[in-house]
Amino acid sequence: MVENVKELLKAHEGIAREVYLDNENSTTVPKEVVDAMLPYYSQRAYGNPTLTHKPGWEAFETIMESAQKISNFLGAKILEEITFTPGETEANNLALMGAAFANKHKGKKIVISEIEPINVLHVTELLQKFGFATTKIPVDREGFLNLEKLKEAVDKETVLASISTVNNEIGTIQPVKEALDIVKDKNTETLFHTDASDAYGRIPLNVQDLKVDLATVSSYKILGPRGIGALYVKEGVNVDKILEGQIGTQKLWPGVENTPLIVGFTKASELAFQDFEANVNRMRTLRDKLADGIFGELSDVKLNGPKGDKRVPDNANISFLRCEGEALTIELSLKGVYVSSGSACSRRLLQPSHVLVAIGRRFSEAHGSILMKTTRYHTEEDITYVLDVIPSAVGRIRGIVGSTGVD
Amino acid sequence: MSRVPLPYTQKVLDLFRNPKNLGKMEDATVVAISGNPACGDMITFYLKINDQEIIEKASFESYGCAANIATASIVTEMIKGLSLESAWKDITWKKVTEEVGGLPSVKFHCGILAVGAVKRAIRKYYEQKGSAPNWLPQELTFEEKQALEEEELAEKLSKRLKVAEEK
Repeated sequence: MVENVKELLKAHEGIAREVYLDNENSTTVPKEVVDAMLPYYSQRAYGNPTLTHKPGWEAFETIMESAQKISNFLGAKILEEITFTPGETEANNLALMGAAFANKHKGKKIVISEIEPINVLHVTELLQKFGFATTKIPVDREGFLNLEKLKEAVDKETVLASISTVNNEIGTIQPVKEALDIVKDKNTETLFHTDASDAYGRIPLNVQDLKVDLATVSSYKILGPRGIGALYVKEGVNVDKILEGQIGTQKLWPGVENTPLIVGFTKASELAFQDFEANVNRMRTLRDKLADGIFGELSDVKLNGPKGDKRVPDNANISFLRCEGEALTIELSLKGVYVSSGSACSRRLLQPSHVLVAIGRRFSEAHGSILMKTTRYHTEEDITYVLDVIPSAVGRIRGIVGSTGVD
Repeated sequence: MSRVPLPYTQKVLDLFRNPKNLGKMEDATVVAISGNPACGDMITFYLKINDQEIIEKASFESYGCAANIATASIVTEMIKGLSLESAWKDITWKKVTEEVGGLPSVKFHCGILAVGAVKRAIRKYYEQKGSAPNWLPQELTFEEKQALEEEELAEKLSKRLKVAEEK
C-alpha cells in the first residue's frame, strides 16, 4: 500500500503551483507559530507543570498565561474556565458526555441540530447506551436551525443542547443567541454547548455575551498545530471528566500537558486576532474571488449554504453537477490544487455528507461537492491559478461521465 | 466527507488519467447500465457484438470515483475480442481487481459493479435475440446480485430522503 502511495506522489512531480484549500481537514502551520513553539520542546518550560522545579514552574506559568490569553479571545470571565484538550473531537466528547453525566439527575434528553459535526453526532449515539435520548433539530435549505422545532423539542427533561456556532461544511452562521434564549426560556436548567471551532477567529465571538455554558475551540482550525483545542466551561457549570489518569493543571483532562502545542495554539490565536478585521476581509475577498470565478466560468454548479453575511468568510462549498467528487479531488490534486469532497465514494456506505443531505441536496449533488477554505496566507495568484485549473478538471471528469449518471 | 486515504495503484491512476475505450458508441449492439447516480457510482457499457457472438468493440462511460473509472476501462479492454461465453465465464471481479494491480478493499465493489454490467449486457443481448445458450444460467450471478443490491439500497436511501423533504 505504501508503495502505491509513492507512485501516486511521483505522479505529482513537476506541477506548476500548489494551492492548499483543504483547511477543513488539516492546515499548514505558519512559520511564526512553529517558531513560537520550538523553544518549548527543549529550551524552556519542558517540565511537568505540576512539579516543583524550575522547568515545571516555567511550564505552569506558560500554560496559565496561555489559558488567560485564550480566555480573553473567547470573552470568558476567568482563565479557569478554559480546559485544554487534545483537539475539537476531545473537547466535544468532554462537553457532551461530561455535561450529560454530571447533570443526569436533571434529565436525560439532549437536543442537537441535524448538521452537527460527527464528533457531536456520534457522541449522542454513544450516550443512548447510557439512557440519554437525542432529538435532532432540522435545518432549512441553507442550514439554518428551525427555531420553532427547537422550541418544541426542549422540555423539563432536557439536560443539554448542542448547536454549532458555524457549520464546518457549509459555513452557515447559526443564530446561537436566539437559540439559547429559546432553550433557556423553556428550561433554565438546560446547559447550552456550542462547537465554535469554525467561528473562532472568523466571526466576532464572545461566550459571555452569548451566555453559552460550554464552547469548543480548536487550534488547527485557526492555523495552529493539530492535537490541541480547548473547552470553555462557564464557572459553576458541572462537567465530569471522561478519562481517568493523573490530573495536572487541567482538572477535566488527565495526562501531562503538552506545553509546546498550547503555546502554538495561543500564538495562532494571537495572529488571528491581532488584526482581526483585516484577516477576515482577506479571507472573504479571496473566497469571493474563488466562488465568483467558479460561478462565472462553469454551468451546473450550486453553492451549498447561505450567501452574504450569514456565511462564514472563509468557506466555499460548491456542488459540480454531473461530476463525481472523489474523481475531481484526484484530478485537481494532480494539478496541485488540494480540496476535499462530500462524496460517499470512499466508503461502501452509499451516503454522502449528512450535512448536504440535511439541507436537501440530492445525492448526486452531494457526490459532486467540493469544500474549500481560504486563509489570510493565500494570495490573489493562488486563487487565479485555482480558477485556471478547475474548469478543465471539471470538464475532463464530466467527459468521462458522458450521459451516465444524469438523473 | 471522503477521508479514507486511498492508495491507488499506478495502473488505476494511469487508467484514470487516460481511460481506454471511453465514450458512447453509436452503433452498439447492446447497452447496459449498473449502479445508481445516488450512490455516486454508475457505469454504462456499450458493446458491439458480431454474428459469431464475438465482442468486437467495447466502450464505457462512468459516473464514479477513480477506481470506478479504472475498472470500467480495464473491463472494456479485457472483453474486447472475447466470445460472449468466454466473457461471461472468464471475467470475474477478482480478475478485474488483479488486472488493475489491486484495489483498496472499500473499492472492491467498483470491480463487482463493472462485471455486473457486462453480465447484464450479455443477458440483454440474448433477450433481444429471443434465445439463450445453455451456458447462460437463469439465476443471477454474484456480481449481478451485488449490483442489484447497491441499486436497491440507493433507491431506499433516495426514498427516505424524499420522505424527509416532504415533512
